[in-house]
Amino acid sequence: MSVLVYIENEEGILKKSAFEAASYGKEIANLLNTEAISVIIGDIDTSELQKLGNYGISKVLHVTNENLKSFVNQAYASIIAKAAENEAASIVILSNTFSGKGLAPRVATKLEAGLVVGAKTIPTIQGDTLEVQKMAFSNKAIATVAVHSPVKVVTINPNAFAAKEIGGVAQIENFTPEIAATDFNTIVKEIVRATDKISLPEAEIVVSAGRGLKSPENWEMIEELAKILGAATACSKPVSDANWRPHSEHVGQTGIVISPNLYIAIGISGAIQHLAGVSSSKTIVVINKDPEAPFFKVADYGIVGDAFVIVPQLIAALKAYKSN
Amino acid sequence: MYKIDYKRTHMKILVCISNVPDTTSRITFTNNNTEFNTTGIQYIINPYDEIALAKAIEITANTTNGSITAITVGDSNTEPTIRKALAIGADNAIRINASPTDSWFVAKQIANYAKNEKFDLILTGKESIDYNGTQVTAMLGELLNIPSVSIAKGFHIDNNQITVEREIEGGKEVITASLPIIIGTAEGVAEAKIPNMRGIMAARSKPLEVIEAISIEPLTKTIAFETPPSRGTVKLIDENNINELIDLLHSEAKVI
Ligand SMILES: Cc1cc2nc3c(=O)[nH]c(=O)nc-3n(C[C@H](O)[C@H](O)[C@H](O)COP(=O)(O)OP(=O)(O)OC[C@H]3O[C@@H](n4cnc5c(N)ncnc54)[C@H](O)[C@@H]3O)c2cc1C
Ligand SMILES: Nc1ncnc2c1ncn2[C@@H]1O[C@H](COP(=O)(O)O)[C@@H](O)[C@H]1O
Repeated sequence: MSVLVYIENEEGILKKSAFEAASYGKEIANLLNTEAISVIIGDIDTSELQKLGNYGISKVLHVTNENLKSFVNQAYASIIAKAAENEAASIVILSNTFSGKGLAPRVATKLEAGLVVGAKTIPTIQGDTLEVQKMAFSNKAIATVAVHSPVKVVTINPNAFAAKEIGGVAQIENFTPEIAATDFNTIVKEIVRATDKISLPEAEIVVSAGRGLKSPENWEMIEELAKILGAATACSKPVSDANWRPHSEHVGQTGIVISPNLYIAIGISGAIQHLAGVSSSKTIVVINKDPEAPFFKVADYGIVGDAFVIVPQLIAALKAYKSN
Repeated sequence: MYKIDYKRTHMKILVCISNVPDTTSRITFTNNNTEFNTTGIQYIINPYDEIALAKAIEITANTTNGSITAITVGDSNTEPTIRKALAIGADNAIRINASPTDSWFVAKQIANYAKNEKFDLILTGKESIDYNGTQVTAMLGELLNIPSVSIAKGFHIDNNQITVEREIEGGKEVITASLPIIIGTAEGVAEAKIPNMRGIMAARSKPLEVIEAISIEPLTKTIAFETPPSRGTVKLIDENNINELIDLLHSEAKVI
């Protein structure tokens, strides 16, 4: 028996969510008195792979293959399922990222495993039953899902479980499963990534602004505030609909769902569809000139006032704070 | 995003429609918080499935011989929702008669229907807004052994080739594949359509077939619900005292 963790990499680099998944897998392996093993696909330096040992992974199955340099959903799913079978994994963990969302249901189907997408806590395990919490009804409820199948697949939300460095060394093995030609039905033609930016789904702090900012030029101060805080930027739907900001920044029911440690909402009214994407943030700060704005009802801290006055003051105060 | 250019004469599309509570519904629970309380809840077509349907209509409008089948796994209460899909523009509808217990159950039912139907394209929404899964799409792809893109921001079909743009962390990826394929549509793929009077009239004579479900054991079960903890009352900070906010974020919330 083992816990298998699929570790994502971005051009050979392990991102924060990968270490979170590794630690999450290790924690579950501890519950089962077994080891956490990971599988990883792509050209990755040994030094990068070895980092996983520090998060409690005892063995890394490394797949390198000319045909797998970019993401191939079906082939990746086959590899993960084969690794799970080889290692007799009873639980398979993936990150609930865009790629993870495409992989996990395929892995679960191959293994006839019950699947929980977007776990937010450590599961409880009793006998053959795993129970874990996730958000449902667009952040309006927390659901506890029970899985009874012999093998289980769980995806963990970015930021839901902090990576823990515990020291340890991972043994690295090459893994060369056979992959059917029919698993190579999709070809990646192009990848566009804004490398200078912090990825929104993974960000610990998010600075977000809405229609209250009046026009796209005014995002300069939002970007500056984000930079000081090491934050990602986000926006409300009408802002991206008007092309003031890219669609990839739109959060909410129809956009990205995030749960950072700190969400700062500036000039956003707090419509229910917006809240659906952000209400599970740990701390919410709202800056709005209207004291009746609904966002204040779900905020931890609020400032009633004009963003054009407050944001520059906040930038100045944070600069002073950071330099101390 | 892409200009419409479907150089095909034939295009058989399946659109998966899920019946969900209206987005503005107040969500409460019954039976000791083990069941969703459906009292007074208005049901709608899952908003992402509306986008999928609108895209299917856009595609078939540009093919000489296209057809759209809408399918739902649901009991008889879901009929108004699937009829609405007919009113918006699906040509025929299938209802697999069962309460959807989990995604595995739903995917197995739809796969069982679709396996012999030779669809060129299967569209779903990127997720259903009730249980927020993003599961059925890729499960169905796996069961039918065809490629899937669970969250697509846009796509374009040229003959047998499809080009799909999908979201990735901090950017996007462009993928090509051959049909058939299954795609989960996100915002931006198409503009949702509202049924007009003619559509509503026409829907009455469009076929809605009810199929009995196959026997499938679900693999998961939602056993309890809770309402997310309230944050209490907001702490208001005077706009002339920005440093207080920084202090609170540092020492109370411990987030900076
Ligand atoms: C099906 C559906 C799905 C949707 N999905 C989403 C979604 O995913 N995400 C989303 O965000 N929305 C979504 N919406 C839209 C949502 O209902 C709201 O319309 C939207 O969130 C409002 O955006 P906003 O708060 O930026 O703008 P507004 O509602 O116009 O609010 C602007 C706010 O700025 C404040 N303001 C103005 N000037 C200043 C100033 N100088 N300083 C400080 N504050 C100021 C105002 O008091 C106001 O509260 C959806 C709607 C529907 C129907
Ligand atoms: N009961 C259902 N009947 C038909 N299609 C469904 C059903 N449930 C989910 N789907 C489809 O699968 C997509 C993803 O749903 P989910 O995996 O539940 O998030 C939805 O947008 C629908 O297109």
